[in-house]
Amino acid sequence: MKWSEFFTSSIGKKFVMGLTGIFLVLFLIVHVSINACIFADLPIFNAEDNGRMFNVAAHFMGSTVLIRILEYGLFIGILLHIVQGYALTVKNRAARGVGYAVNLGNRGSKWYSRSMGLLGTLILLFLILHLGHFWTKARFTDQLSPVTYNGVEMHDMFTRMKDVFASPLVVLVYILGCISLAYHLAHGFQSAFRTVGVHNKKYNILLTSLGYGFSIIVPLVFALMPIAMHFGWVA
Amino acid sequence: MSSNNMNLTLKVWKQKNSQDTGRFETYQVKNVSEEMSFLEMFDILNEELIREGKDPIAFDHDCREGICGTCSMYIDGKPHGPWQANTTCQLHMRAYKDGDTITVEPWRANAFPVIKDLMVDRSSFDRIIQSGGYISVNTGNAVDANALPVEKDKADAAFAAAACIGCGACVAACKNSSAMLFLSAKVSHLALLPQGGPERKTRVLNMVAQMDKEGFGSCTNTGACEAVCPKEISLSNISRLNGEYIAAGLVSEK
Amino acid sequence: MLNSKTPAGPLEQKWTEFKGHCKLVNPANKRKLEIVVVGTGLAGASAAAALGELGYKVKAFCFQDSPRRAHSIAAQGGINAAKNYQNDGDSVFRLFYDTIKGGDYRARESNVHRLAEVSTSIIDQCVAQGVPFAREYGGLLSNRSFGGTQVQRTFYAAGQTGQQLLIGAYQALERQVALGNVTMYARHEMLEVVIVDGKARGIIARNLVTGELERHFGHSVLLCSGGYGNVFYLSTNAMGCNVTAAWKAHKKGAYFGNPCFTQIHPTCIPVSGDHQSKLTLMSESLRNDGRIWVPKKQGDARRPNEIPEEERDYYLERRYPAFGNLVPRDVASRAAKERCDAGYGVGTSRQAVYLDYADAIQRYGKGEVNKRNLQGLSAAEVTQLGKDVVKEKYGNLFDMYEKITGENPYEIPMRIYPAVHYTMGGLWVDYELMTTVPGLYCLGEANFSDHGANRLGASALMQGLADGYFVIPYTIGNYLADDIMTKAIPEDHPAFVEAEKSVSDRISQLMNIKGKQTVESFHKRLGKIMWDKCGMARNEKGLKEAIVEIQQLKKEFWSDVKIPGVVNEMNPELDKANRVADFIELGELMCLDALNRRESCGGHFREESQTEEGEAKRNDAEFSYVSAWEYKAEHEWQLHKEDLNFEVAKPTQRSYK
Repeated sequence: MKWSEFFTSSIGKKFVMGLTGIFLVLFLIVHVSINACIFADLPIFNAEDNGRMFNVAAHFMGSTVLIRILEYGLFIGILLHIVQGYALTVKNRAARGVGYAVNLGNRGSKWYSRSMGLLGTLILLFLILHLGHFWTKARFTDQLSPVTYNGVEMHDMFTRMKDVFASPLVVLVYILGCISLAYHLAHGFQSAFRTVGVHNKKYNILLTSLGYGFSIIVPLVFALMPIAMHFGWVA
Repeated sequence: MSSNNMNLTLKVWKQKNSQDTGRFETYQVKNVSEEMSFLEMFDILNEELIREGKDPIAFDHDCREGICGTCSMYIDGKPHGPWQANTTCQLHMRAYKDGDTITVEPWRANAFPVIKDLMVDRSSFDRIIQSGGYISVNTGNAVDANALPVEKDKADAAFAAAACIGCGACVAACKNSSAMLFLSAKVSHLALLPQGGPERKTRVLNMVAQMDKEGFGSCTNTGACEAVCPKEISLSNISRLNGEYIAAGLVSEK
Repeated sequence: MLNSKTPAGPLEQKWTEFKGHCKLVNPANKRKLEIVVVGTGLAGASAAAALGELGYKVKAFCFQDSPRRAHSIAAQGGINAAKNYQNDGDSVFRLFYDTIKGGDYRARESNVHRLAEVSTSIIDQCVAQGVPFAREYGGLLSNRSFGGTQVQRTFYAAGQTGQQLLIGAYQALERQVALGNVTMYARHEMLEVVIVDGKARGIIARNLVTGELERHFGHSVLLCSGGYGNVFYLSTNAMGCNVTAAWKAHKKGAYFGNPCFTQIHPTCIPVSGDHQSKLTLMSESLRNDGRIWVPKKQGDARRPNEIPEEERDYYLERRYPAFGNLVPRDVASRAAKERCDAGYGVGTSRQAVYLDYADAIQRYGKGEVNKRNLQGLSAAEVTQLGKDVVKEKYGNLFDMYEKITGENPYEIPMRIYPAVHYTMGGLWVDYELMTTVPGLYCLGEANFSDHGANRLGASALMQGLADGYFVIPYTIGNYLADDIMTKAIPEDHPAFVEAEKSVSDRISQLMNIKGKQTVESFHKRLGKIMWDKCGMARNEKGLKEAIVEIQQLKKEFWSDVKIPGVVNEMNPELDKANRVADFIELGELMCLDALNRRESCGGHFREESQTEEGEAKRNDAEFSYVSAWEYKAEHEWQLHKEDLNFEVAKPTQRSYK
């Protein structure tokens, strides 16, 4: 079987979706861990931190060569996931020329498992906004104020967050983004593993539970950031 | 016990042939007994239509005991109707009450074109089997049946997959019109048995290629197929199929 | 004169002798020979696959939308084979002997012995194809016992053995389709045999989707079109099962063997009303654990659980203490009918008896208590344990019963009644499975050959696959070897034109009747005549009446049937009319045959021929023959007899007391 045949077959395409999905899940773990550093500011930890831990972590991510290389990989992964996702959605819809008068609806499957295209689109819109808020600002402009720790100058991303999340509207959009992500993950997490071939029932049950846990905890932690910033829970 | 006490309204898809665009027709069925099967209710309606000089409703059916896989009605939005693990022919009118309106449609998928009314052409399933859903053993080649022991759990799992009746409810229920549950049942059945070993890789590659050619959608693991399958074929067969395909595709040397 | 072409020599050597000396066709010539196979059940699919593998050019036809849906798929119990894996004394001879005896000494010894011989190869072949038979923990094949035998020789795949075997044969068939050796014509129905110079050379088939008639040439034609139980309207057969292919062959010169031999299966779900379209079988295996009874009081209207133990009549255990509930099918069926006719029947229709699992549930419950060493359980808990065991063994059957009747068989005894299930009769064939028309073969349930007057459980699957995989590949060569110089006959040959015209004339005639009564109503009326007068018990008066009634029905059919739609499109009512017209003619012949056979044997019970205790009484002196009927003209047949000589299995009267 040629590579081209493999990757253009229905399962090959899904394999790409599953693999990139799992890759993005791993990215989310890193992202949420870095972001969680803002909670170092919570009074119960160290109210004097003033975003230092977060800024240092963000600087590490932005300045390490290996991670910068991985960043390209991440973008390729996201792109593949998006392009392939849309291609599959279009093809799958086209497989039924004449639709039903009455639909099966939720009697056979969860609504979010049938709405991965829609949820993915919402996440994509959110992603564009989000990259505009932070990533492009840090990478391509000088608009971010600097801060210096131990003689190393870096962007003060922490302050940037405070500025961005001052707007209640932005906070609301971020929360909606996180909800979309939660539902996308609720199906996507376990589905990705099924797609790459995990068929052992024991593992499938484990991965499904893990997936639900992941899809609740990670988006929740993400959503807490704008909320915490907006309401000044972290200084 | 036999009380013919139900009057029902049926909205049924009528389509003269594959070229016709088709439309819903509404019928009244009177004096339906709860002991009737769903198809017997159609028999009675058809008898009435014939007597009135109208065109009876064409629908596929044969064994009427849930095993041949011929019957194929999409009833009120669900393949084979409201009962779980059931075929249309085994659905009985006990499931309904007087005054109900029931909508009946054919399986919908480009790979299952409508032939007439509620009948569809499922020969795409046969072609998928032709592409590799077998073990190549000519008659007379076999060794003694007990020469090759098979682990009981695997034999049972192979049987559970082989219980597929090829009705196509999985395709009808799937939002993507995917035939993956059908295909995975056959691939699993043969991959789980040692007899299927020699052709394991080529089989899965060829069968998936044929499935794609027939115009079925791809699987997004929603689980709708498993939920409506009259033989309760497990979704994990699809995962197994994915694994088989990926392994075969990646290690193939050609 | 009927020549069965049975090879000479001792019984156990006949098949070996035949194989050693039959003519062969070389591979290059096989490619030039075309074979038409009608029907894709176990016999047809296995024959088409096996012949395709040999290199013949095969055309296979089925009326279903896919060859995988033939009614062999509905067989539940299992398939017999003389493997003796259980070391319980089984052998080819014992399988042969049980089959002959079970058939009440009305089958041909040589065919039955060959069947027993090839039975072991069938299991090997099926396992190699991937048929998932039940296995033991050691990984080897499991067996169970079935009615009429004392050894465990039945191989099974839960309650879906027929399905698994058919899927195996279907896959082999589709493989040959992929290789180009077999061309498959689904949704096609054969409506005529084409005969050229006295030999079968093809068929006329109707494309059921477009309504077009098609001509198909074959150097020979194989009919594998199943049984004719639907002549009774209500039977356990699929709705589409029909006699049409066999009947067309019969009218073109193929003799019909033992048409009156029908098997009535004792454990089916009873009729619930006039709307009933078919009957559902509950596997024979249920009689292993269930007890059959009726109330001792006539017309007892109490609910079954309200009838105390001492007021129940376990009539099988009473009449047949040795075999009890496990008497053969024909005996159990007649006993149920006897009780119902005498007014002891249960249910609203009074045409049912109880099959009760209460005892078995208690027995299994106590067994579990002992096995797991449980103590201090309440009665309800023990009952629950018992129900769990029963569920594990028979769960799918109980579920099916509940779906159909709406009653929970774990709580209320099941109501059962006998129903038409299988037809032992069929086209007469010789040892090589050829009918009396040269080049026309008949395989599986459609022929008469192996089951005599009563078929044993788990033997139908065995016969279908034996005929297709292991008999026809040898015997057809013996005929085709002389045909290698015959070129394909062009389909504009006058014989094809004429055959097609006769079919289209008949269809036009049917369509032009434009009467008032539906096809279904005629079928129901035919079924009622057959069931009442040529069913489980037959007598001279009834059969004579039936013949008159059927002739009358035929007249009415051909003058008042109403078929909607047009010819040149899909028209299921027209298809049905074609089939019912043939069933009506067959019904008459069945009654004629039943009338002629003034003895009781197997499934054929003539009330005039019974013992003082009401058991079937065979008459070997006068009736040890196969009735082979030749069609002469409308309502006119000539009887030919093939004498049955039992050299090895000497006839004895069956007793199950």
